Amino acid sequence: MAWDLGGRMLTSRLITGTGGATSLDVMRRVLAATGSQVTTVAMRRVGHYALGGGSLLEVIQQAGAEILPNTAGCHTAAEALLTARLAREALETDWVKLEVVADDKTLLPDPVELLDAARKLVADGFTVLPYTNDDPVLARHLEQAGCAAVMPLGAPIGSGLGIRNAHNIAMIVEQASVPVILDAGIGTASDAALAMELGCAGVLIASAITRAAEPETMALAMKLAVEAGHAAREAGRIERRWHAALASSPVEGLVSP
Amino acid sequence: MTGTVSVNVNGEQRDVLAGTTVAELVKSVTGQDRGIAVAVNGEVMPRREWPGIALGDRDQVEVVTAVQGG
Repeated sequence: MAWDLGGRMLTSRLITGTGGATSLDVMRRVLAATGSQVTTVAMRRVGHYALGGGSLLEVIQQAGAEILPNTAGCHTAAEALLTARLAREALETDWVKLEVVADDKTLLPDPVELLDAARKLVADGFTVLPYTNDDPVLARHLEQAGCAAVMPLGAPIGSGLGIRNAHNIAMIVEQASVPVILDAGIGTASDAALAMELGCAGVLIASAITRAAEPETMALAMKLAVEAGHAAREAGRIERRWHAALASSPVEGLVSP
Repeated sequence: MTGTVSVNVNGEQRDVLAGTTVAELVKSVTGQDRGIAVAVNGEVMPRREWPGIALGDRDQVEVVTAVQGG
């Protein structure tokens, strides 16, 4: 079923990041295997990176995916604002995946700068999709600031550690009236499925696919995991019973020797 | 008027002819024409204005494009 992200109706719930793909061909095959309708790019000075520019945009366009520029590498609200505005001008989109990190070792979001940047970008007409900590209170502030989604981390970017605090993700989902997208930390398919089972509207995956030994195969695994997890969430899982098991076969009419 | 102005482009100093426009600078920096954005002294310059904006001495220019990223 389609879902609404920032005013666009999407059917795929797997958002991909282009970071880490070793070639444009790998990226092309990954996008095809995931069926992803939204994919992220970063903004950098021209000439500094081989995999960028027109050919990158062409691959994304041919795959039929929306471009979601990020503000990766920004440490302050001021840097994020300039980067977002450059992205809007270069790519003709008012979408921005807002990243404001505290330091380059952990890449954890800086909550103070993040919220400040979110407010300013919303005021400037952006559709703001913030990468945030798995903090329900900060998520609430970001939603109140007018963000179109909240994107809590499962674990630090690129760590592959999965969802370290599933309870916090569940709390964020429970209170949010905008889509919650699990962003960062996913290592393998079961992590993506868990995110969806917890009620996330989608997941954003880059490294776990692009840096897998077989990116195209992992892309398919993630697609299936997201679909499976979402279906399981919709289906309503059974309650956990620690001791009193509930037999699934009739307890009457047992034969006796 | 002839002469040059000194500008900083993507972190590197360079001298350009006085009167050089943003459009001309972009052309000298990259062959690419789509997916590019320019900021001068921290302000984004809309593409349609590039031909009319002359660079001033000590302008800080950023010319950016989309690259792979998370």
